[in-house]
Amino acid sequence: MNPIFKILSNLGNQVTSRIWRLGSATRLFLLTLIYSGESFKRIHLTIREIYFTGVMSLIIIVVSAFFVGMVLGLQGYYTLQKYGSSESIGVLVALALLRELGPVVTALLFAGRAGTAITAEIGLMKATEQLSAMEMMAVSPIARIIGPRFWAGVISMPLLASIFSMVGVMGGYLVAVPIIGVDHGAFWSQMNVNVDFRFDVINGLIKSFVFGIACTIIALYEGYDAPPTAEGVSRATTRTVVTSSLTVLGLDFILTSFMIAH
Amino acid sequence: MAQKNIVEIKNLSFGYGNRMLHKDINMVFPRGKVTAIMGGSGCGKTTILRLIGGQIKPKAGQVAVDGKIVHKQDRQGIYKLRRKMGMLFQHGALFTDLSVFDNVAFPMREHTKLPESMIRDLVLMKLNAVGLRGAHKLMSTELSGGMARRVALARAIALDPDIIMYDEPFAGLDPISMAVICDLIRTLNDALGATSIIVTHDVEEAFSFADYIYFVADGLVAAEGTPKELSKSKLPFVHQFVHGEKDGPVPFHYNAPSYKKDIYEPI
Repeated sequence: MNPIFKILSNLGNQVTSRIWRLGSATRLFLLTLIYSGESFKRIHLTIREIYFTGVMSLIIIVVSAFFVGMVLGLQGYYTLQKYGSSESIGVLVALALLRELGPVVTALLFAGRAGTAITAEIGLMKATEQLSAMEMMAVSPIARIIGPRFWAGVISMPLLASIFSMVGVMGGYLVAVPIIGVDHGAFWSQMNVNVDFRFDVINGLIKSFVFGIACTIIALYEGYDAPPTAEGVSRATTRTVVTSSLTVLGLDFILTSFMIAH
Repeated sequence: MAQKNIVEIKNLSFGYGNRMLHKDINMVFPRGKVTAIMGGSGCGKTTILRLIGGQIKPKAGQVAVDGKIVHKQDRQGIYKLRRKMGMLFQHGALFTDLSVFDNVAFPMREHTKLPESMIRDLVLMKLNAVGLRGAHKLMSTELSGGMARRVALARAIALDPDIIMYDEPFAGLDPISMAVICDLIRTLNDALGATSIIVTHDVEEAFSFADYIYFVADGLVAAEGTPKELSKSKLPFVHQFVHGEKDGPVPFHYNAPSYKKDIYEPI
């Protein structure tokens, strides 16, 4: 075969297979929404999944947020003091966290911590025929397995992002006020004046809500679509992290441009 | 009036892509009987169970369960049919996050509005039937292969199905567990008045309890009959399979060019 033709044919295959996967992930997403009523009838399952995906992710979120906040405090102070506006450190830390770092870093950590767990769990359930068994018992795995995990992810993500931003501000405060010596009143009052609830806090929450949908559906789809072998599940888990991270960063740009344009 | 045959497979063809797994297969499964489907690994035995359960659609022909053509049913229709079926998967397919008790209770909780006290009694009865009442508090991950298969059997009969399907129920079991499962298949079938369909390649076990046996090879029903008839069969495939001969109509070697050619000709 002509090598150029071979390259083009491979490229075509790659593109069509990605479009096909995007289509079947969208189909899973829509089915999950359609079956949501049935999923909510078993609300205890969603609560249990919020514990596994949300509560169990708290430690990594809190610790990361604290360090991110402290680094922001240090870096922010270092730059701001050059311009004589070190009192604005509170605003810088809060805006950076609420608008960007809170939603984005939380989503990246969520994909690594909870997303991989979801993919591996669903992939193994498929490999051990548990999903087929459920289907044969006339119980929809989408309503019973996928739905609760999806809603747990969507509910957990904005909550985790809020906690991330809150703890991050604490970290920034710790570095800026007690350690560096920025004025306590200036730190909080500047933040109070310059952070807008609608455009900063709510927009950050909207972002993390969208990231919650994207990360969770990617993790669920990769698990649901994984070939039922050890290698298949391991590849699916890796794909979850890679796809989720890239999707979050891409979506962040799109959402930010809409929000700033507005 | 209830049909004589609870499951009927007519002119069924199925395959993946261009590779046909079944070509114009006909089978009937009479009510109350234990019927075995036998054949070598990869001949599409399990696929027949999946076609009966409506998990996949045939390329041609049809599967009828209780007079209803499976692939023409909508989702609700298929789910309604599946409530009449119980299936034992090859490795049990127990839900690993649930206990033995909750696994057996699962179909009851999903499909009935029975009070928890009644579910408890029913689950213990089902587990007692497979000899594992004492294990109801264990997690499914704590069970041996044979025990897991028995719990899965209790779960498969949880809603007293009309049809019980077994996918390789003896695979990887020790002789004692094998004998237990063998005995349970016949006992449960007769006690529940159900119809059993067993996919297996274990000749001795299948011949000991089945009422009728189908042999599948090369996508066709190669032979069929009662165990007595088949044990006397002179058909080369049946003879090779029943006596476990390594060469015959099913060759020992996978399709390959001549040995000499492969060895002496440079790649």
